[in-house]
Order: sequence, then C-alpha cells, then structure tokens
Amino acid sequence: MEVIKQEFTITVYTENQVGLLHRITTIFTKRKINLESLTTSESEIVGIHRFTIAVTETKEQVIKVVKQIEKQVEVLKADFYKKKEVVQQELALYKIATETLTNGIEIERIVREHNARFLTIEQEFVVIEKAGYKRETKALFDELEPYGIKEFVRSGRIAVARQQFGPGKDIEALLLASSSNI
Amino acid sequence: MASIDLQPTENKSPSHQTSITGAEAIVQALIQEGVDIAFGYPGGAIMPIYDALYDYQDRLQHVLVRHEQGAIHAAQGYSRASGKVGVCLATSGPGATNLITGIADAQIDSTPLVCITGQVPSHLLGSDAFQETDVIGISIPVTKWNYQVTKAEEIPLAISKAFFIARSGRPGPVLIDITKDAQFQLLDFVYKRCTSIRSYREEPTIEMDQIKAAAKAINEAKRPYVVFGQGIILAEAEQEFKAFVEQSNLPAAWTILGLSAIETSHPLNVGMLGMHGNYGPNLLTNECDVLIAVGMRFDDRVTGDLDKYAKQAKVIHLEIDPAEINKNVHAHIPVLGNAKKTLPLLTQRLQKKVRNEWLKRFAECNQLEHDKVIQEELNPTNEILTMGEVIRILNEKTGGDAIIVTDVGQHQMVACRYAEFKQSKSNITSGGLGTMGFGLPAALGAALGAPNRTVVCVVGDGGLQMTIQELATIYQTQAKVKVLLLNNEFLGMVRQWQQLFFDKRYSSTEMINPDFQLLAKGFRMPTNQVTHRDQLDQALTDFIETEGAYFLEVMVGKENNVFPMVPSGSGVAEIRLD
Repeated sequence: MEVIKQEFTITVYTENQVGLLHRITTIFTKRKINLESLTTSESEIVGIHRFTIAVTETKEQVIKVVKQIEKQVEVLKADFYKKKEVVQQELALYKIATETLTNGIEIERIVREHNARFLTIEQEFVVIEKAGYKRETKALFDELEPYGIKEFVRSGRIAVARQQFGPGKDIEALLLASSSNI
Repeated sequence: MASIDLQPTENKSPSHQTSITGAEAIVQALIQEGVDIAFGYPGGAIMPIYDALYDYQDRLQHVLVRHEQGAIHAAQGYSRASGKVGVCLATSGPGATNLITGIADAQIDSTPLVCITGQVPSHLLGSDAFQETDVIGISIPVTKWNYQVTKAEEIPLAISKAFFIARSGRPGPVLIDITKDAQFQLLDFVYKRCTSIRSYREEPTIEMDQIKAAAKAINEAKRPYVVFGQGIILAEAEQEFKAFVEQSNLPAAWTILGLSAIETSHPLNVGMLGMHGNYGPNLLTNECDVLIAVGMRFDDRVTGDLDKYAKQAKVIHLEIDPAEINKNVHAHIPVLGNAKKTLPLLTQRLQKKVRNEWLKRFAECNQLEHDKVIQEELNPTNEILTMGEVIRILNEKTGGDAIIVTDVGQHQMVACRYAEFKQSKSNITSGGLGTMGFGLPAALGAALGAPNRTVVCVVGDGGLQMTIQELATIYQTQAKVKVLLLNNEFLGMVRQWQQLFFDKRYSSTEMINPDFQLLAKGFRMPTNQVTHRDQLDQALTDFIETEGAYFLEVMVGKENNVFPMVPSGSGVAEIRLD
C-alpha cells in the first residue's frame, strides 16, 4: 500500500439535493481529512451537479473515501485522479490601489509577464485576474505584494479528466438505463 | 376528516385520494408500506401526525414509550426480530436528538428503520424557534439517507423513498423531518411504492469471474475457514449459507451479529469470533489458508491488531457493500453481491471435501477452552453465582427457542457465548456501537415484532438503569418481555479492564444500586430475586413459564471476569484463556 500523501482530485456527480454537501464533507471530517478546496457546479449533464474536491492524502485513504462517497444515495458517481491525470486550474483575484498603476509601468509589466489581466479599473482600485496552478497564482501574489495587495482570493481547484470521455459518459448511460421517474 | 379506507396497493395501481392533510398522508403512507406498529412520543411539532393516528388505531398501533431513546431501540428490536422496517416517531428538538444514539446504533448494525420527526413550521426554520434543532444536519453522519419535507405534496415520495432505501441493499436508518405546516397542508394523495432511484444502486452486479475465482480458491484450500455475520440474516440467506458450508465441510464461526444465522448445534458451527469469542475461532484465524468472510465487516473487535490478522491466508470477502471491500482487511478475492444470490453460485462450484484433520483442530481448541474456562463458568465449584450458569440453565428452560436480547457489557458477552439458538433472528444485541441501555427497549420491540416467541432480555445493572423507564411501556403494552437482570453491582466490563489493565484502580465502576425488586414491583411486574444457587433452577422455570412479562434478578459474582479475551491491540492468536 502506498503510504505517501499526494495530491488528488476527487470528482463527484450528484443529484442537486439540499444537504448533500454536508453529507459528502462529513465523510472527510469523520476521518480528519482536510479539504484543500471544494467546488460545486453544474456538470455537462442537465440537472446533474458536480463536486470537485482537492485533497492531499494517501491513495489507500482516497480509495476508501471515494467508495464511501459513491455509497451515498444521491451520488451517481465518484472518481479520483492523480495530479497528472487531470487538467486543472484555479482562479485568483488581486485588488490593488489604482494609484500604484499611475506611479509607473511596473504593475502593467508584471501583469503582462504573468499572463494575467485587469478585470476592472475603478477610481480607487483595480482588480487583476489570473488563472493557473497554485504556484503561478502564488508567484503573481509575491510580485504584487510589495505594491500592497488590498484583497486577495483564490478559487478552489477545478479540473477535468485527461481522457477523451470524463465520468459523465458513464452517468449518461446510467440515466438512460434508468426508467425511474425519481 | 373521515377516515379513508385504503387497500394496500401494488406498484401498478397507485391509490388516489384528493385533499387529505399531510399528517394523514403520512399515516396512510405508513399503512401502505405494511407498517402496523410504530414506537414514539408526541410533542408540539408532531401533534398533527398524532392527531391523524387517532383515526387509524385499528390498523396502526402506536406504542407510547417513556423516552425517545426507548422508541428507537424498540424499533430496532422490532426490526431485528421481525425482519421488517422499524418505525419511530418523535417531535422536534429534544425528541429528535433523543433518537440519535439509536440511529447511530442502527447505522453501524445495518438495521432498517424509518424515523419520522416533527419540525417547526417552515417559516420559522433557522429562527431558533421553540424546540427547533437541525436534525437533518445532526443525523447526516448516522443515517443512510435523510430528507426534510416542507410541503405536504412531497410526503408520498419522501416516505416511499425512505422505506425503499431503509430496507434495500445494505439496510440502514432513514430519517424524514416534516415541518408542522406541511403536516397541516392539504394534498392530493397518490401513493406509489418506490422500486428504484436512479442515483442509487441497491446491490452490486454479480461478477462470475469473482465467483469462479472464489470457488477455485476454496476447492484448492487445505484449511478453509468461514467467518460470517449478520449479512446472512439480513439477506435471509440462512439456507443458502448452510448448504454452502455443508457442501465442502467448511468450519464456520459467527460474529456477534451473525449469531443464530445457523443453529448453535450445527456440527460446522465452531463458535464465536471476537475479543470475548471462542478460543479456536480466534486462534485458527491465523492458521487457515483461505479465509472466507460472508456478510461481515471485519470490525476491530473481531480482528484485533490488523497487522497480525490472518496474514497467511488468502481472503475471500462476500459482501453487498462495495465500501466494505478492503476497508479493514485486504480481500484477495472480493465477491460482491447479495449473499442470497452469490452463495448458491459458489456452492454449486464447490467440491465435496471431508476435512477431518482441520475440523479436529477446532474440536481440540474447543476442548482446551472447555477445560480452562467453560467448565468452571457453567458449573462453578465455588458458591459464587456465575453469569454462565444462569445462561446454561436458561438454555434448558427455553430449549434454545427464545429470542435473546442483550444489553452491553459482561452479561452480553456471556449470553452471546453460551446462549443456544435454534432459529434465525434470535439474537438481538448492540454490536457495532455498544449502546448501553439498548437491551430493555429492544426487547420490548422484539416482543411486539415476534409475539409468538419467548423474548428474554439479558441485562446488567448498569445498562438497565439507562433505560429502565421502559418497564412502564412494557406494562402498558403488556408485552411479554422476560427481564433477566444479572446484577454484579458493578459496571463489570469496565471493572474487568480496570483489574487487568489499570492496576485494579476501580474508578467509578461500583454501583450502589436501588432495590430492583421494589422498582420492578413499582412497574407492576411479577418479580423474583436469586441470591443462592439452590434457588436458580426453580426461579428460571417460573421466569419462563409464567405467562407474560417477568422480572428476575440474579445476584452474580461481583468480580467475575469474562474469558477468553483478546486484549485490546493484540492479535487474535494472542487470545488469553485466563
């Protein structure tokens, strides 16, 4: 068994049901596993929601957790992926004072070099947006920090599987096969 | 509102009744699910349902317990004795939270329950209204499924899903929380029993490759050994299981929840697994070459130290819940599916084998345990009464036909070790959660779920006092519960651990007890007390033969211990006989 902790992305396809978020997170808290991030959104299938969960854990523990998640009545499918098996992104927003831009071209250079962009420029502040891996959004943070970051936020990880068909393919088949009206 | 006469309907012909209240819809839905008894306690937020129950007393008996914990344990006992879904009702807030221990118990012991709780009106949700508590949030970790109903129109679907989920696949408890306004609202009532849910797979698909691999491994095994649990009882696969072990002469040991799945006297039944199980079944776990687990989940009380558990064996695991595979013990050959279907597929591929040498090993171990432990426990040579001799004589009086309900502790281990069973669903105990206070209300539920059987509640003085108020419910319902109190005036199991592992520092384990005879009389029960051996036989005769409920207290040795024992953290082969 692998005992080394590594980065995993867990995807969960579910019915859209109040309380399901709690039901899924409690599976992690029961085992004292820290969720690095959790994102919920619609999936590619109409009416089916999707959780994308980032954890650093042993593979053995992740397998057990995924089985427990998949056991939940309103979960259609749960899968896990190693880092190399997904294409992943996070989104970061940085708010800085507008006057830092007027004092020179440094900020614009940094934004350009990091493939970031200005999301909005207001009289008092500007918001810079950067998508990428955590190390990339962190690198931009480090460069902007000396100029004063007034507010910073980074989204949870979103990821899609590095294979032609994601887990949704199985779910569509499952839904087709199901004659239930529930 | 006039009561409506509804025939139970099949899936194809849904019943239809316009404009009844949500509360009445709940009662009608319960009746359509075949419920004829529910355990509960009324209160503000569930009053409309109780009002509706008033019109259906002829078809749905409500048992008024004395504490909601009594209701949930009674529903568990009812379910375990009858094989049906247990139902309980409670109001919001404290009523709902008082159910939680029993729900957790049912979750870990896979007992199908539907719990219905009242909730404050929907417009007050989140306002910290009187008796509001987030029972959905609280019960999520201990339910198979739960759902909050805030509109009456949701009731039929919610109840039908609740019963389907509770009883199908690996069974478990379900909670439906219903706001008071939804109970008052009118709806067009159409009830259709749920038969599938698209996101929920009841049972895994059987894979023939797994069956074939398992059959091959058993056929090639020199020392195959079966360990089995409640999965056989829940699947009603008792006959299939017996055919399986008999086909290839497989020695088989039961977990505490597997007790009574086959008869005690079956020659291939080698005894009980676990911390206080039998010597051979534990020791030989580490001598078998193929370990076949059927409907059991490798609880730590069964395995001891996992690093020293059956490391030499190829493990086959027959299991309905995929999440149990490789959870604690690695399965070389998982066999997923319902045991009622997988066992016959396996049996038909098994060669007949004799295995006299291997079976002899179990007999030898049994003899050793008998000489070192069992003989003295069942036929003590000093004057102090043992729990074991009480159970031995109880077996003589019941002939092994009784349902034995136990609480938790030393008496539970002794009863489970020595009680004899002739038929399935005869052992009701709190295994996974180890809930003290379980026994008495569970026995009440069992007596109502199996009215033609003798129900004996073996209980200790500690656990009895946790739910002793249910003696009143036993009186009110006239349930024929035989309460056998094994009184050692100690929290005996904790005291045993203190003696063995905490240097005899008996911290908070001695009980200065009330007069249980007076108490039982207060609850209007026929009572008796045994303090000397010469009273025991006659007392147990009266206990069993007196019609109806009975309270018998036996004063047993204060500092007796339960052996054998696999000390906590040790391997199964390190089992101690003294």
